[in-house]
Amino acid sequence: MQYDHILIRYGELSLKGRNRKQFVDQLKRNVKQMLQDFKNLEYRAHHDRFFIKLNGENEMEVAKKLQLVFGIQSFSLALKTKSEIEAIKETALEAVKQLYKDGDTFKVSAKRADKTFPLTSDQLNYEIGRHILINTENLTVNVHEPTINVRVEVRKNATYIMCKDFKGAGGLPVGSSGKAMLMISGGIDSPVAGYLSMKRGLKIEAVHFFSPPYTNERAKQKVIDLVSKLTEYGGKITLHIVPFTKIQETIQKNILENYTMTSTRRMMLRITDELRKKSNSLAIVTGESLGQVASQTLESMFAINEVTSTPILRPLVSMDKNEIIDRAKQIDTFEISNRPYEDCCTIFTPTMPKTKPKAEKVKKYESNVDFESLIKEAVESTISITLPEKKSSLEQEMDELL
Amino acid sequence: MLYLDNSATTKPYSEVIETFKQVSEKFFGNPSSIHQIGVQAEQLLTKARNQVASILGVKSEEVVFTSGATEGNNTAIKGVAFALREKGKHIITTTIEHPSVSETMKQLEEQFGFSVTYVPVDENGFVSVNDIENAIKEDTILISIMHVNNEVGAIQPIEEIGQMLKKYPNIIYHVDHVQGVCKVPLNIYSSNIDLCTISGHKFHALNGTGVLFVREKTPLVPLLSGGSQENELRPGTESLAGAVALAKGLRIATKDYQEHIKRINQIKEFLINELNNLDGIIVNTPNKHSAPHIVNFSVPGIKAEVLVHMLEEEEIYVSTTSACSSRKKSTSKTLLAMGRPKQVAESAIRVSLSYENELDDIKYFLSVLEKSIIKLKKVMGL
Repeated sequence: MQYDHILIRYGELSLKGRNRKQFVDQLKRNVKQMLQDFKNLEYRAHHDRFFIKLNGENEMEVAKKLQLVFGIQSFSLALKTKSEIEAIKETALEAVKQLYKDGDTFKVSAKRADKTFPLTSDQLNYEIGRHILINTENLTVNVHEPTINVRVEVRKNATYIMCKDFKGAGGLPVGSSGKAMLMISGGIDSPVAGYLSMKRGLKIEAVHFFSPPYTNERAKQKVIDLVSKLTEYGGKITLHIVPFTKIQETIQKNILENYTMTSTRRMMLRITDELRKKSNSLAIVTGESLGQVASQTLESMFAINEVTSTPILRPLVSMDKNEIIDRAKQIDTFEISNRPYEDCCTIFTPTMPKTKPKAEKVKKYESNVDFESLIKEAVESTISITLPEKKSSLEQEMDELL
Repeated sequence: MLYLDNSATTKPYSEVIETFKQVSEKFFGNPSSIHQIGVQAEQLLTKARNQVASILGVKSEEVVFTSGATEGNNTAIKGVAFALREKGKHIITTTIEHPSVSETMKQLEEQFGFSVTYVPVDENGFVSVNDIENAIKEDTILISIMHVNNEVGAIQPIEEIGQMLKKYPNIIYHVDHVQGVCKVPLNIYSSNIDLCTISGHKFHALNGTGVLFVREKTPLVPLLSGGSQENELRPGTESLAGAVALAKGLRIATKDYQEHIKRINQIKEFLINELNNLDGIIVNTPNKHSAPHIVNFSVPGIKAEVLVHMLEEEEIYVSTTSACSSRKKSTSKTLLAMGRPKQVAESAIRVSLSYENELDDIKYFLSVLEKSIIKLKKVMGL
C-alpha cells in the first residue's frame, strides 16, 4: 500500500473569515506552481482543508517542495479508504506497519466530520487500536507521547488515515498581502528580508544597483542567484538591474566625502521609489537592521528615508547579526551571499562615513547637481529580468554535459 | 568477451567519455579566473557539484572533488588525525579495509605515533557494533569503516555504528563507500557520517576522479598545500572535465543500478546457489547482507591465478582478491580475517557484476568454470 493523498492544513488564514476564498485561491495557485514538475497531481481545495491526490508521484519529493510554501501550517501523508469500519481498520494497520520499528508506541486519534457514522470517536479509537495491537509485534499503546499518532478522519465520502506529519512553512500565501520592492545588494541581509516579507504574504520585485566596471559580472550573477533562490519560496520574481555607475561617479566628484554614503543611499531609494510607482507596489523592503553599520544608525535612516514617504519595511530591524546569519543558512542564501565579490556599496565606501548625517546638509550638497535627470536616465535604462530565468543556451549546453 | 571484474574498475559510459571530451574542448577555462571564460568554467563546476550533492543527499558545500578513492581515504584519515592530534592519538578501523585505508593506518602508526585498533570481523566478514564500541577509548578521535567489503561484498552495519556514535559526538566517523555507491543505498546524514569516500571509475565514470564528502565543520587538515580550491581542502586547479564526467556517470549509474538491482541480485543468488552445488568449491560471500554485485569463492587446492588465466583463455575476466593487492600476493586478507584456512584464502576468486550482465552470461561462466576446474584437477592429480 502506498500513500495516495496529501492533506494540507492552512496556517493563519483559517482566521481570516471574509477573505478566505481569496487566500485559499492564492495558496492553491502557489502550491500548483511549486509542484508544477509533478504532472500527475490533482488538487482539491476546500474552505478548511486542501487535498492533493498523488496519482503515483513520489510522496517524499512532493513533501519536500510543499514544506517551502508559505501559508501552510502542516500537512500529512494520507491513505484514503472507504468510510466503513473494516476498511478503516485494515488501512490503519497497513499505514502503521509501514512505519513502525520495534519498541515504538502508538495511539489512535479518530475524528468524525460525518456525525452519522455509526461509531463514535471513542469507539473508533478502541476498535482501530485493538486491531493494530493484535496484528503487530513489539508495538505498544502510549496515549500521551506516542512515536506514531494514527489520525483518522472520517468524512462522508471517504476516510483519511494519517501517520506521517510535516510542519509547513507557516505565514501567509505569497501575493495575499500585496506587492513591495526589495532592495537587494548581494549581502547576507537583504535576501533574508526578502524571504521574511514573502512569508508575510508579500509578492516582491527586487532592485539591484550595478556599477560596472567597479563591480563585475560575478557580483551581478550573485544577485541573480540570490533572487533565483528566493523564487524557490515564492514563485517568479522580477529583478530590476539599475545602471548606477554614472550616479556613483557623480556623487564621488560632487559630494563631501563623509556624506557620499548617505547621498548614495538616498539616490538608491529615490530610484527604487520610481520603479515602485511603475510596478504598482505599495512599499519598499530593505535588509537594514538597526545600528549594524554607519548607514543604519537612526540618524542615517532618517536622513536617507527623507526622500520618500513610501512605507519602508525593515523585517530585520530587531534581529542580531547572528540571528540573520542563521536564517540565511536555513534558507540557503548564506553561501551565495558569502561569495567574495565587491558590490557597489563596498567599492566607494568612504573611510569615515558620517554616522549622524543631517538631512538638511545632504540636501544642500545634492542641490548643486542635477540628480533628477540622472535618476530619470537610470530608471529608463534599467533592465528587468524575470527569475527564475529560462535557461540560456549556454546553460542548456552545460546541463546536457551533466 | 565477458568482463566480470567490475569491482576492480568499470567500463566508462560512452556518454561520460563524450562529456569529458566536450568539456575539455569548450570549457577549458580555469574556474578561478575572473574573466568570463573562467566564470563559465566555475559555473559548470558548481553545477556538477550540485548534481553530485543532490544524488548523495548532502549539501553542495560538502562535496570535495578528488582524484579517487586513495586520495579520498588518505585525506579523510590523515586529515582528521593531523587536525585532532592534540586531542587524541587513537583510531579504530577493521581488519578488512582496502589498502588505501589500512596502509594509511600503518603509516600513521609507524611514522606519526598514532595507535590503531583493528577490530576483527566474524566468520562471515561482518564487524559488530559492540566490538567497535568496546574498542573506543578516552583518546579515540576517528573511526574508519568500509561500507561494502571489496573482496567478499559483506555489507557492514554503517548506520547502526553511526547511531551508536551519537553517544560519542567528538569521534569523527569516516566511511569508505567506494564499492557501495550506486549499488547499496547509504543515507549519509542518518548514518551520522562525517566523511565518505567514493570513486568515479567504480560507477562507469573515469579513473582519476572521486569525491570526498566532508560534513560541515569536520576538522580536517588538507594533504596538499596550495590554492583555496575545493573549500581549501583540495588545492590545485580543478579537473573540470573529470568532475563533470563523474557527475554524469553518477547520475546515469544511479538510475541504471536502481533499475537493474533486482535482476543483479537474482543473478548473484543464482550464481551462489550453483557454486554451492559444485564439488570442491567454497563460497566466501555471505548469503545475507552482501552487496548485489560481488561473489567470492575458493577452489581449495587450485591457485587462484592459474584459474584466472585459464578463464581468460575463454575471454572471461575475473579477479583474484582485489585488483589493488593482487599483484603483490594472492592470499586474501579479508578471508584470513574471516578465519578461513590459508588454503581457502589463497585460492579465492572474485566475480563482480555490472548492470550489463545477464543470467546467460553467468550460466556460460559456470560451464567454463566447471570444465576448467576438472581439467586443472586432472593435471594436478587431485
